[in-house]
Amino acid sequence: MAKILMKGNEAIAEAAIKAGGINYFCYPITPQTEVAEYLARRIPEVGGVYLQGESELAVSNMLFGAASTGKRVFTTSSSPGISLMQEAISYMAGAQLPVVLVNIMRGGPGLGGILPAQSDYFQATKGGGHGDYRLLVLAPSSIQEAVDLMMLSFHLADKYRNPVMMIGDGMIGQMMEPVEFPDKYEEPELPPKTWAATGAKGRPAHIIKSLFLDPIALDKNSWILHDKYERMKKEEVRFELYNHSSKNKIMLIAYGTMARICQTAIDRLKEEGISVGLFRPITLFPFPEKQIYKEATKENIRELLVIEMSTAQMFEDVERAVYGKKKVNFFGRTGGIVPPPEEVMEHIKMLLNKKSKDKKKA
Amino acid sequence: MPGVTIDKNHCKGCELCVKACPQQILAMSKQISIRGYFYAEMIDSSRCIGCRICAIVCPDVAIEVNVNGTTFSLFEY
Amino acid sequence: MEQDTKTIFSRPEALRDTVTHYCPGCTHGVAHRIVAEVIDSLGVREKTLGVAPVGCSVFIYNYINTDFLEAPHGRAPALATGFKRLRPDMVVFTYQGDGDLASIGMAEIIHAANRGEKITVIFINNAIYGMTGGQMAPTTISGQITTTCPFGRDVAQTGYPIRMVELLSSLSTPMYLERVTVNSPQHIIKAKRAIKKAFQYQLEGRCFSLVEVLSTCPTNWGLIPSEATKWLNDNMIPNYPLGCFKTPDDVETDHGTV
Repeated sequence: MAKILMKGNEAIAEAAIKAGGINYFCYPITPQTEVAEYLARRIPEVGGVYLQGESELAVSNMLFGAASTGKRVFTTSSSPGISLMQEAISYMAGAQLPVVLVNIMRGGPGLGGILPAQSDYFQATKGGGHGDYRLLVLAPSSIQEAVDLMMLSFHLADKYRNPVMMIGDGMIGQMMEPVEFPDKYEEPELPPKTWAATGAKGRPAHIIKSLFLDPIALDKNSWILHDKYERMKKEEVRFELYNHSSKNKIMLIAYGTMARICQTAIDRLKEEGISVGLFRPITLFPFPEKQIYKEATKENIRELLVIEMSTAQMFEDVERAVYGKKKVNFFGRTGGIVPPPEEVMEHIKMLLNKKSKDKKKA
Repeated sequence: MPGVTIDKNHCKGCELCVKACPQQILAMSKQISIRGYFYAEMIDSSRCIGCRICAIVCPDVAIEVNVNGTTFSLFEY
Repeated sequence: MEQDTKTIFSRPEALRDTVTHYCPGCTHGVAHRIVAEVIDSLGVREKTLGVAPVGCSVFIYNYINTDFLEAPHGRAPALATGFKRLRPDMVVFTYQGDGDLASIGMAEIIHAANRGEKITVIFINNAIYGMTGGQMAPTTISGQITTTCPFGRDVAQTGYPIRMVELLSSLSTPMYLERVTVNSPQHIIKAKRAIKKAFQYQLEGRCFSLVEVLSTCPTNWGLIPSEATKWLNDNMIPNYPLGCFKTPDDVETDHGTV
């Protein structure tokens, strides 16, 4: 298929359709409303179900019902809407329902702003809703990657019978880039959904629930979920190294749009003769802890710099992954301010010069 | 001859059937069931008219109603 | 001459043979049974999906033998919407208490009804929060004593009981709305007819249907079951009149131009 110039939100919408995600429940919220508007026309073309609910609260609960049929279902929203969905997400994780969620992050907390942010990292990776569960979280940094990961999300959701969240930000949602779609999304075969509620004909009734009053049963369910997440940690970690070199003294760690900006900064620094590397997590859960540790503890790396559009969230996971072996610095911008590459370069230079100054003092 | 079977193990002693029976031929037993409830029982089966009202009000589906031979159904249920 | 014994009343097939956890005299048992009887009479058990609420009847899936989803508190109409939209061929019903439907779930029920979702809602109204031990509900009667209004509901502070069927009947979308009760044999028979009508409308693909079932809560009302049925008659029916409030055949009156 040829490349077409598409807005991020619309590309994400089309990617879902390609992967068979033709059942969509939504609520308008900036900066992802274009997904809902695109699909309002597109879903009737492919014979799916489209419904705008009365709130994200209702939409997320509609997803529970829809996912129980065994068909592929998804929604898109933004930070405050995702907060409203936490109840249903917890229920869907507890009931082991596959569902794809997309969070096009905006500034928070509260009503916040409508410009890009990366301040929902904790919400996405550390729970968000109550109970012992995790979401598989994917973070694209380009629209093409958003398309690829969106299709993958449906496969992973079915594979693990778990909600999968793709997080982008207002930039990814709003900008336009050339993208390519496959004619047909090829995916490895998945087992049939024998658990779905399809009518109790010729079999015992299926009860899709998350209530286990018997502590032994609830304990068992929690460990079933836990084992899934352990399997994700083994099989689904995804990341990318950029400008990987033994000359690098500093390693940047960033994801999403921020990683894109870091890449530009790295390219420009290279022109000035400074070599810096980037570790870009693609899965935020499972977090590439082992791989970060491996890269961070290399001899040539002096310290790390985590850059996020927040006041430091992924930073804590990087610190944890590094086990205190190297210093982890942080640079962040919030409010919807997307730092230009120059600011990132400035920060890197500051770090590099600081160390040399200390050396002189010593 | 209509008759009523009350399952002691389902009955929770709520007494709704006793109050509802138009023939007043149900009463609570003096003994308690394994569940700890006084259960309802038929005290004069000869006067049962098979109206099914006891079974209809029972919240625990503890009552089954049987008839022998012809009987007129008093209402459609 | 041998006379055959015929059973003229027995447990419906769609109701599992088990002892429920409901209190003695709780009319959930009656409501469950008449829903199961209707499912049997329409022959739809194998293509029915129920959505369980949060409340005493959270365990309805242990009693009615169909596929079930367990909804968060109040959200059953949303789950039913999502499911029915993808499986319009199945019969979808929710079973909700007054705390579930009229308090936390108020938005979900109004919008599901307004969108005309082809689902059936069985609304069990006992004017109290039963499962959590008898707190005030939006449907609690003025002056009624509950654990969170121990001096009686003061309408000056907390407003009047909400009449859901009347509220929903103000919507323009065609739907079937009826209020019934199960506090006496005649009422139970009429309630069953209304529930059957509600399911039939769904089978015709016609409209949203809701049957409000005034029910007793002997334990939390502090009354024995036969007193509770009387209390319902004397206090609830005057506040919540029985009858059919809307059918899809009603002609909408002109609301006037803007």
